[in-house]
Amino acid sequence: MHFIRGEMVKITFIQPDGTAQTVTAEEGLTVMEAAKMADVPGIEAECGGACACATCHVYVDPSWREKAGAPSDMEEDMLDFAFDVREESRLSCQIKVTSALDGLVLRVPAKQF
Amino acid sequence: MTAMERPEGSGPIDTDVVIIGAGPCGLFAVFELGLLDLKCHVVDILGKPGGQCSELYPEKPIYDVPALPIVTGQELTDRLLEQIRPFNPVFHFGERIDALVRQEDGRFLLTTDAGKQFLTQVVVIAAGGGSFTPKRPPLDGIEAYEGTSVFYSVRRMDDFRDKDVLIVGGGDSALDWTLNLQPVARSLTLLHRRDEFRGAPHSVNEMRRLVGEGKVRLIIGQVTALHGEAGVLTGATVKTSAGEEIISVDAMLPFFGLTMKLGPIADWGLNLHENLIPVDTEKFETSQAGIFAIGDINTYPGKLKLILSGFHEAALMSQAAQKIVYPDKKVVFQYTTSSSSLQKKLGVK
Repeated sequence: MHFIRGEMVKITFIQPDGTAQTVTAEEGLTVMEAAKMADVPGIEAECGGACACATCHVYVDPSWREKAGAPSDMEEDMLDFAFDVREESRLSCQIKVTSALDGLVLRVPAKQF
Repeated sequence: MTAMERPEGSGPIDTDVVIIGAGPCGLFAVFELGLLDLKCHVVDILGKPGGQCSELYPEKPIYDVPALPIVTGQELTDRLLEQIRPFNPVFHFGERIDALVRQEDGRFLLTTDAGKQFLTQVVVIAAGGGSFTPKRPPLDGIEAYEGTSVFYSVRRMDDFRDKDVLIVGGGDSALDWTLNLQPVARSLTLLHRRDEFRGAPHSVNEMRRLVGEGKVRLIIGQVTALHGEAGVLTGATVKTSAGEEIISVDAMLPFFGLTMKLGPIADWGLNLHENLIPVDTEKFETSQAGIFAIGDINTYPGKLKLILSGFHEAALMSQAAQKIVYPDKKVVFQYTTSSSSLQKKLGVK
């Protein structure tokens, strides 16, 4: 598949109550930015994407974990400040939207700090 | 008489301006006010200047400060401190302004959480996202235990004597208090979500030594529930890879970093809009005359939360502040490039 600049990628956010919301995100944004633009509840991103607050915490659906990748060391450190951290935890400000993530499914934690 | 000449403890500190917040906008306000001969005291809850720039992202590059193609939060703070040095601002770190009361003569009496008082003609709120406060873990009913069994800082070590203490977190605060409280506590449990710690290597080694000697219990896991009654904590549910267990706990110290809260500013009778302070765009004055708000904490049509916008707001606010402090002075706008009087104030002439 060819890399098309500015391709729109679909990302689905599932709330703790099961409500699903699919947003369209432009490549190059972060998943947090896409969520904020679409007003996805539960993604607070208090620090504005500096990887400094852990309030954009999401759980990556198991089938997407490999493609979404593992957190960096800095992100792991910041995840220490998140609540109910699991193996599939990521900070959405640290996931870049790429065409490879088209269809990505993320769960919003029940509680964000 | 300027405030700086007043000895401590002889009543309120008398000053022209109190700036709340030592972030980039608060610091630059010292400069703009200083050029207009206004003396400033700067109060910040953090222990150092820079606000979010030094607390949240000291190493992060900022690309949109005019004339600085790239600058880190710390560098920007350091340069601002250098720029305002000629004006000798007085800093009060680690303190929060809790009360603001307008006096009969129109001045404001401000009181910090440490009991320090200021009498000032002008108040500049440059508090960014609000004051940094410890994050409260979102555990059901935790509020009921705060101050009795759950603490976000240690005021007196003796409060933890002979207690079963649970410390949660993996940074320096968690490690330091593990090391400090272990000798006084009856038992000390350190709980962290992973077997890696962000703290100073020496503290990590020291903690591991105590764990090895059986003096500290280290659990890799997360707290999911609190148990107790009437503010008295008796236990905590801890989730580990092996499942859940309830451990016996008298006192808990969670260290999950800081968040920003508007705090006492909300009680000062200012109009607020979604935790922001509406201001006009001529003077950046709030709904109360003499109280200004600049930087991220204010709002107005078209507001952008940019450092450069805060700098502009500081400059315009200062013109209005000067009219309050020196109502009879004829204001002559001057440039630092050509005005010998401004250059004298800056110490370059």
